[in-house]
Amino acid sequence: MKTLSRIYLFLIFLFLYAPIVVLVIFSFNDSAVASRSVFSGFSLRWYSTLFQDGMLLSALRNTLIIAVVAAIVSTVLGTAAAIGISGMNKWMRRTVMNVTNFPMVNPDIVTGVSLMLLFVAGTRMLGGASLGMASLILAHITFCLPYVILSVMPKLRQMDPNLSEAARDLGCPPLAAFFRVVLPEIAPGIVTGLIMSFTLSIDDFVVSYFTSGTTQTLPIFIYSMTRKRVSPEINALSTCLFGIILVLLLVINMRTAKDTKRIQTSAKEV
Amino acid sequence: MKSKSASLPYLVWMVIFIIVPTALVFVFAFTDKSGRFTLQNLQGVGQYSNVFLRSIWLGALATVISLVLGYPLAYIISKARASRQNVLIMLVMLPMWMNFLLRTYAWMTLLEDSGIINHVLNLLGLPSVHMINTQGAVVLGMVYNYIPYMILPLYSVLTKIDRSVVEAAQDLGADSRKVFLRVTFPMSMPGVISGVTMVFVPAVSTFIISKMLGGGSNLLIGDLIDMQFLGSAYNPNLGSAISLVLMVLILICMGIMNQFDENGATEGGVMV
Repeated sequence: MKTLSRIYLFLIFLFLYAPIVVLVIFSFNDSAVASRSVFSGFSLRWYSTLFQDGMLLSALRNTLIIAVVAAIVSTVLGTAAAIGISGMNKWMRRTVMNVTNFPMVNPDIVTGVSLMLLFVAGTRMLGGASLGMASLILAHITFCLPYVILSVMPKLRQMDPNLSEAARDLGCPPLAAFFRVVLPEIAPGIVTGLIMSFTLSIDDFVVSYFTSGTTQTLPIFIYSMTRKRVSPEINALSTCLFGIILVLLLVINMRTAKDTKRIQTSAKEV
Repeated sequence: MKSKSASLPYLVWMVIFIIVPTALVFVFAFTDKSGRFTLQNLQGVGQYSNVFLRSIWLGALATVISLVLGYPLAYIISKARASRQNVLIMLVMLPMWMNFLLRTYAWMTLLEDSGIINHVLNLLGLPSVHMINTQGAVVLGMVYNYIPYMILPLYSVLTKIDRSVVEAAQDLGADSRKVFLRVTFPMSMPGVISGVTMVFVPAVSTFIISKMLGGGSNLLIGDLIDMQFLGSAYNPNLGSAISLVLMVLILICMGIMNQFDENGATEGGVMV
């Protein structure tokens, strides 16, 4: 049984990682002809052409600008929303949460198409302007918001409501009570929401595809690359992204490990 | 408390960017190009019923394969040592963090007629197999991309099952097969439900996987919508009608799935 489950684990992970390993190996392939199946010597040339590709660099810049703006705006807006929603009565809260959940259960393509209809109608009303960075940022904020709200809400529920009341009783003005008592309590949820928004935004293709006009983000650039030309540059790009993700995940994991440790030690103190 | 007013900006945002766009899909679906009411678009969807059936069939197939492959994996991981579990789950999640276009592109290079799999087959003296641009390739792409969404909820449910319940069943004389069929599996149903929904919804509405691995001949609902909005067949009214049908289809599926899920265990079930 033990060896059987080992073999099973190995096979599934082979299935999950074989394509990625192949991509990585062929990113170092010297030859461009038949490059997809024959390895003909080690080279870094695809990395150098990649970083000289102006289109790629501008797509990367757009992606980062959108992700930073969308993550910050959706985190602020979403945190405020979560605080407001938790103060609502049951009926109100349920209605708002149902609408909030809607973009998460709705297929991405329908979200993308519906926002496209909105932006096309909007730009027609505003006259002349076309879809681009602005519509992309608005769309990204929209699909990030539910994730922020859903990661902040549980922290608010866990919080002892007496804490902020105690601060107020001791003469703390409401705003200061929020920043000094509530905010530190829900900060982990806010940070989770921020990180999730950032990664969702960077990774999004479907919604961006319908709301970008002619502006290119990294996923859209990758899409056009896979459509038009077959180039080992894609492999080099994948390898770079995979490396970055690996490092980011390790950092996040170390952070959560530290968090649980802190919780354990504080639990011991009590 | 005045805290309610904190959500005001979001409520405005919600109306503009969730409710109005959804309403626009309805409006477009029920009007013609000059804005008059019509049912023609929805009737037009009927001619694509074969595409809908193909999408549902391939999506369902991918979901079942993901469940059959993913369940044993989640089970094995949930039985591993705690420190090992974290590493294994991390390994399941890692590919998911890579852009799915790149993951799908990787399969293109593997499945091609002159691709790596055929190359290896030829080296072994075996004949080439035509794999790319078939329905099988599309299903493979779906399973590959979405199987983590199946494994993760299954795993989180399986680890939460109370050991003592399983032990009680064993004490009362159930063999391991019976324990699994009568105790473990029924108790993991919430995970099965959310896994099935999380694989089926993106699989049935995908348009990239079918484009990249299915060639032009295996159109799915997503491809149809894409064609009406950004493609050659530009017709947002028909596109909206197709989107509307897809949306209703998904909502019905989720409604059916939620019926099975008595505990409402999916509430707040966001995965990190």
